[in-house]
Amino acid sequence: MTKANPAPVIELRKVCMAFAKPSGKPLPIVTNIDISIQEGEILGLLGRSGSGKSTLLRIAAGLIKPIAGKVIYGGVPLDGPTEGIAVVFQSFALYPWLTVRQNVVLGLDALGLKLDEAQRRAESAIDLIGLDGFQSAYPRELSGGMRQRVGFARAIVSQPKLLLMDEPFSALDVLTAETLRTDFLDLWTGGTLPTKGVLMVTHNIEEAVLMCDRILVLAPNPGHIAAEFKVPLPQPRNRLDPAFHAIVDEIYAILTSRITEAMGRQSQIHGGLVQHLPAASPTRLGGFVEALAAPPYDGNARLAKLAGPLGLSTSDIFSIAAALHMLEFAEFKAGAIKLTAAGRVFAQSDTEGRKRLFKEHLLRFVPLVAHIGQVLDERERHVAPRARFEFELQDHLNRSDAETTLRTAIGWGRYAELFTYDDRTRTFGLVKPAA
Amino acid sequence: MAHHAEVLSGAAWARRVLGWRDLAAMLLVLGLVLLLGIGARQMVGPFAAEQQQTISLSPAALPLYTLRTVMRMLAAMAASLLFTFTYATLAAKSRRAEMVLIPILDVLQSVPILGYLSFTVVFFVSLFPGNQLGPELATIFAIFTSQAWNMAFGFYQSLRMVPADLDEASRSFRSSPWQRFWRLEVPFAMPGLIWNMMMSMSGGWFFVVASEAISVGDVQIALPGVGSYVARAIETRDLAAIGWAIGAMTIAILLYDQLMFRPLVAWADKFRVEQTASPLVSKSWLLDLFRRSRYLGRIGHPLFAAAARAGRVRLLPPGMTAAARFAPPGRVVDFAWYGLLAAGLLYAGWRLIQSASMVLSWSDVGTAASNGMLTLLRVAVLIVVASLIWVPIGIAVGLRPKLTQTVQPIAQFLAAFPANLLFPVVVYLIVKYDLSPRVWLTPLMILGTQWYILFNVIAGASAFPGDLKEAAATFRIRPWHWWGQILLPGIFPYYVTGAITAAGGAWNASIVAEAVNWGPTKLSAGGLGAYIAEMTAAGDYARIALGVAVMSVLVITMNRLLWRPLYVFAERRTRLD
Repeated sequence: MTKANPAPVIELRKVCMAFAKPSGKPLPIVTNIDISIQEGEILGLLGRSGSGKSTLLRIAAGLIKPIAGKVIYGGVPLDGPTEGIAVVFQSFALYPWLTVRQNVVLGLDALGLKLDEAQRRAESAIDLIGLDGFQSAYPRELSGGMRQRVGFARAIVSQPKLLLMDEPFSALDVLTAETLRTDFLDLWTGGTLPTKGVLMVTHNIEEAVLMCDRILVLAPNPGHIAAEFKVPLPQPRNRLDPAFHAIVDEIYAILTSRITEAMGRQSQIHGGLVQHLPAASPTRLGGFVEALAAPPYDGNARLAKLAGPLGLSTSDIFSIAAALHMLEFAEFKAGAIKLTAAGRVFAQSDTEGRKRLFKEHLLRFVPLVAHIGQVLDERERHVAPRARFEFELQDHLNRSDAETTLRTAIGWGRYAELFTYDDRTRTFGLVKPAA
Repeated sequence: MAHHAEVLSGAAWARRVLGWRDLAAMLLVLGLVLLLGIGARQMVGPFAAEQQQTISLSPAALPLYTLRTVMRMLAAMAASLLFTFTYATLAAKSRRAEMVLIPILDVLQSVPILGYLSFTVVFFVSLFPGNQLGPELATIFAIFTSQAWNMAFGFYQSLRMVPADLDEASRSFRSSPWQRFWRLEVPFAMPGLIWNMMMSMSGGWFFVVASEAISVGDVQIALPGVGSYVARAIETRDLAAIGWAIGAMTIAILLYDQLMFRPLVAWADKFRVEQTASPLVSKSWLLDLFRRSRYLGRIGHPLFAAAARAGRVRLLPPGMTAAARFAPPGRVVDFAWYGLLAAGLLYAGWRLIQSASMVLSWSDVGTAASNGMLTLLRVAVLIVVASLIWVPIGIAVGLRPKLTQTVQPIAQFLAAFPANLLFPVVVYLIVKYDLSPRVWLTPLMILGTQWYILFNVIAGASAFPGDLKEAAATFRIRPWHWWGQILLPGIFPYYVTGAITAAGGAWNASIVAEAVNWGPTKLSAGGLGAYIAEMTAAGDYARIALGVAVMSVLVITMNRLLWRPLYVFAERRTRLD
């Protein structure tokens, strides 16, 4: 950003956010974030769940106040929701008891227009977004795609300068999402929208590359901007274009190195006990390894190419790849994954063999699981409450990460028959040796 | 509090010796067993209508009285469960039985409980002449009628909603109907059943208190219990004794909640098939105690194992295959069944008209109906006033999670508390300041049930979806629209649920609220409740029946014309699919 731009549409300066934790000091969600959206651009915020991207969007919307830093909109600090900023929600957030028209008119409520003027504007927004004929329908009568169209119409009806979109397509099926994306891009590039800038939160890399002019990659714990990409391709973009692929692969590679780097860093502290375990069940790992070992991949594939055929979302793929990397069944580097020798043996083993191998690798490479087993061994009655490990984890991970980590550890430990877990009493126990 | 038990269950407590938790739990169990024994033994003592034991007003007598009142509640709950399991199952399984049983249930639900207590008392007393068991059963039956209908109705609806895949799975395992009932149907219906039990129990306290001391014509009954204690206190104008009774009842309800319902609700949580927000707290220190206590677990084990074995027995009648569904209905049998029903109905109608015309005239019907209109007006005004007060308060509370946590249990407690214990206090004030009973007795009708409006609205407001709140905030909806178009429509189904319960409760309460005594002073506000109460005092069974019938008709009409359409409308409007 060296050339002299006009003032940005919105600017987040050194924004920090933390949520209160039941015990002790607040847990940071995002730290020191600087974001500015220039006129005429779609900015993408890309990150895994828990990286704080939705929190940032809500801060930009004025829905939550950052604990430090400020948001500048229209030259003044933002203080709560204001005129000219509109939000499109992931869950659509339509009022079920209002018709399509009433829902859209609600977007104008704060402007205090006369009823017929409001109706006229609503009508033209409905028309623009392709909802004509559905004005008197209730949301429950509409399909997901049509519901999100109402969400868009309600957001643009007030002719906002800034449009904030919180994973607007992630609750839709693939085809519907694609149609809606294209329709939105047509409106945006056609210049029919009065909107000056768009901020879009997403976890879908291809979606980000397809729609955004600039992409900020957020990394978690606590959320910070890990990388920035420009997407210089002209609209409409073609997913089959090699240049498109190059950018997608580049982002995958950055995310990959981030993940492996973070794993390496985590294993340094506390003897690796406080290690975020990705949400990946043993069955999924098994299925993935099998697919990866089989042709056409033969144990080596680019992640960007795997997601589609296996029917997995980007975040699923990353979780699985990170888990395999951690267990040293595969090497995960620069957007590609490659089975190790152990991984190949795992793919070919029967259930018993897999369990044995999995157990071996667990004990060796996942200190948390080994630690649970050790604590159980040392105890006289061979039981330990879940809370014991929860406290250890929550000191360094946020609540939901600690929860996922423990759930994954339980799943892996159960599969490897290292320990049992009773959810009613919330205690771990040792597997009784078969009599 | 939620973390409390977990912290304690840490390393320090895992010892070989008996822990304090084992001791506490054991004491509790033994204590309860003992109390039940004492209570039950006294219940079958001899009873003579003329020489009953007099009710002592000494506070020292209260613990035992309270215990006996609680015993009656327990007995009624057991009977209600038995009824629910049989009646509702029959209705859900047999199309022909359903045709008769469900409408009957619908009517039974709308019959004012205290109204027909008058005949049931006489019936049960004559069933066991000279024995206290008669009036005991009559009281238990009154509580039973306040609980069983809606429990059975809820259970029936759950049975009909058992997911088809689960049902097919159990059929493919060739489970017998008995096995399917215990392994699939009861577990599936459990959360709903427990919720219903809890609601019924709240209502039950009111009726147990009202039905312990009753006089129908010259049959006078005062069973030892809190209700009789209060009745005696009213006779002697002893305000202090009433205070004691209120205290005793408060403790009893709190204990009941902690010892029975919290654990049950927390336990039933595991049967929930889908994850929807529940207005109940599903945490119980008692259940945690039992689950964590190894010694108790070991003692309880044979019991649970036996129960599990009973559920596994196939119990298949010979000649019936396990997986068979009901055979397609034969037309001939259908016609025969319809014919039988029609004949039965005609006969009953004819007998009714015949016997009624001998003792009742059309002017009696007119009197009862005009009284009914007065009570209807009262109920309507009360619901409107209570809504105007509690809806805004409920919303304000429900939108603040911290406040909700404190207020919601209080509202639930107030709903369970038998408001009739508070009547004497109000009556005392009316007498003292010489107020008009026609106006000032009216609020008593809704004293106990208005809380249903409050806690349902609180539940609705706190369950209001976060994204809809955020959307309203980003679009900066103006206050007037925020209330009218966003929040009120959003909590409407919850409000209707609360208002239905409150209205039903107000009708039931009218029988004790429209005509009250304070020592020798008798106050009457007129209306159908007062009519039934006066006829009961006079022992005029035909007119009691007339009053009860008129009230049932009014309640059914209100339900059909107002509440049910409103509920369906509200439900449909707030759903997204």
